[in-house]
Amino acid sequence: MKKKASVFPKIYLGVILALTYVPIIIVIIYSFNASKSATAWGGWSLDWYAKLFRNADLFDALKNSVVLALMSSLAAGVIGTAGAVGMARCKSRLAGAVEYVSTLPIMIPEIILGMVFMAFFTLLGLKFGMLTLFLGHTSFCIPYVYMIVKARLVGLDKSLPEAARDLGASGFRAFWDVTLPLIMPGILSGMLLAFAMSLDDVVISIFVTGARTVTLPVKIYTQIKTGITPEINALCTLMLLATFVLVTLSGILGKKRNS
Amino acid sequence: MKKRFLKKPGAGIAAVPLWMFTLVFVAGPMVYMLILSFLTRDPSWGVVNEFTLDNYAKILNPVYAGTYLSSLKLALSTTAITLVIGYPFGYFMARLSEKWKKRLMMLVVVPFWTNALVRMYGWIIIFRSNGLLDKLLMGLGVTDAPLRLLYTYPAVLVGMVYALLPFMILSVYSSVEKMDWSLVEAARDLGASKARAFWTVTAKLTLPGVLSGVILTFIPSMGLFFIADVLGGGKFMLVGNLIRDQLFSARDWPFAAALAVILTLLTTLFLWLYRKITHVRDLEGIL
Repeated sequence: MKKKASVFPKIYLGVILALTYVPIIIVIIYSFNASKSATAWGGWSLDWYAKLFRNADLFDALKNSVVLALMSSLAAGVIGTAGAVGMARCKSRLAGAVEYVSTLPIMIPEIILGMVFMAFFTLLGLKFGMLTLFLGHTSFCIPYVYMIVKARLVGLDKSLPEAARDLGASGFRAFWDVTLPLIMPGILSGMLLAFAMSLDDVVISIFVTGARTVTLPVKIYTQIKTGITPEINALCTLMLLATFVLVTLSGILGKKRNS
Repeated sequence: MKKRFLKKPGAGIAAVPLWMFTLVFVAGPMVYMLILSFLTRDPSWGVVNEFTLDNYAKILNPVYAGTYLSSLKLALSTTAITLVIGYPFGYFMARLSEKWKKRLMMLVVVPFWTNALVRMYGWIIIFRSNGLLDKLLMGLGVTDAPLRLLYTYPAVLVGMVYALLPFMILSVYSSVEKMDWSLVEAARDLGASKARAFWTVTAKLTLPGVLSGVILTFIPSMGLFFIADVLGGGKFMLVGNLIRDQLFSARDWPFAAALAVILTLLTTLFLWLYRKITHVRDLEGIL
């Protein structure tokens, strides 16, 4: 079969990819717009960035978001990893059911998760704020870590921890010294994904956030709904920059994961 | 030796935190949702512990059933468009050289990791009356008046497709990537035309990826209420908007729970069908 180098696929990929970047590039360009009108172009300026850095509310929201994403991805890293390691030893039907339920948070629509948390936390009488946000976010962060670590464990050469055991290491020691370093790249990329998902979440946060603890996406959402200020463009551009850094980091980790 | 390692008592103990968390914070809330959907709403505040089926009967009320149907319609349109755009993309991408595959993967993933609201905000600037699109079209002489696309159905549809396209691309890509091309070549050698080889071999082999992409776009598109809000200006109600409004404005929690139970059942049905058809347990390309 002779292969003719067709240009159509390349043009198609290029055009679609370019289209997906149009809204993002527009946000970046408009963040440097001197005009107050969001549609007219008034020359280049850094005013919105200056204004942004003086906006204490937004920084509070940003701080909340980062703290929340750190805490929930860490908790998910511990619970998800330990869970994947432990579940690898349980093969019962019950374990299968638990696995199914534990991954539900990323299978069902976010709105349902948000609503059930809101109702359940009210039932428990929890105060809405950082604690409820943390519990909600941890629940959908765990599946990401769990699934990546599980895949990594399946591909693991079982003879390595066995060799450690034969040489007299305790079960825990064999895990700590041999298995853990081997699955570490998986744990880290799972946690990174969980971190990004937590930082990005609007839907669940809206339902479990308190009146005083607002996360950044929730803040942006209310601002876009009530009236648009070009400050958002500047903020969005900074968030884009953060995303690029995270994706690059995970790319580096991914390379390690494959090698 | 192997046996001793596997049967090491207590190794499964590591899963205890996961089991506890799942039981209390996933299963607990889901069960409570189910119970709540059968309770009666207190006329003034909260819920009364009285069994009723009214909440489910209420869904059949034309107003709410209409919302459910139009939400389904939007979800179907979104999924269909996403498939038409995303399948060729995933397919072509999987046929690139290793180097370009990696580069394209990065480029696809960056918007995916970017805050969904940030991306929707870009569309607002484009669609706004006298916004970028209007100026472009009027400048080119295609139209002579602003289209006022913001807060219309097409705007919501574009936003949905845009938000969910990466799921479809990654699902299709991962199944095309691991496809055995020698089967296609065999079909060609046996005289099948290119189109026939595609439909009888490639399409079948990539079906798990397609179905996974369909599920990953269809299910979320029932609930993405913020896209309908931001690009639809509150004129278009999804099941997600309805649930949110029942919780925050109407304060009818049992009814919101009933709506959510139906949506959960729908989701479970889709996942079950997926497993039935493809015999694959995990969705393709999800991670």
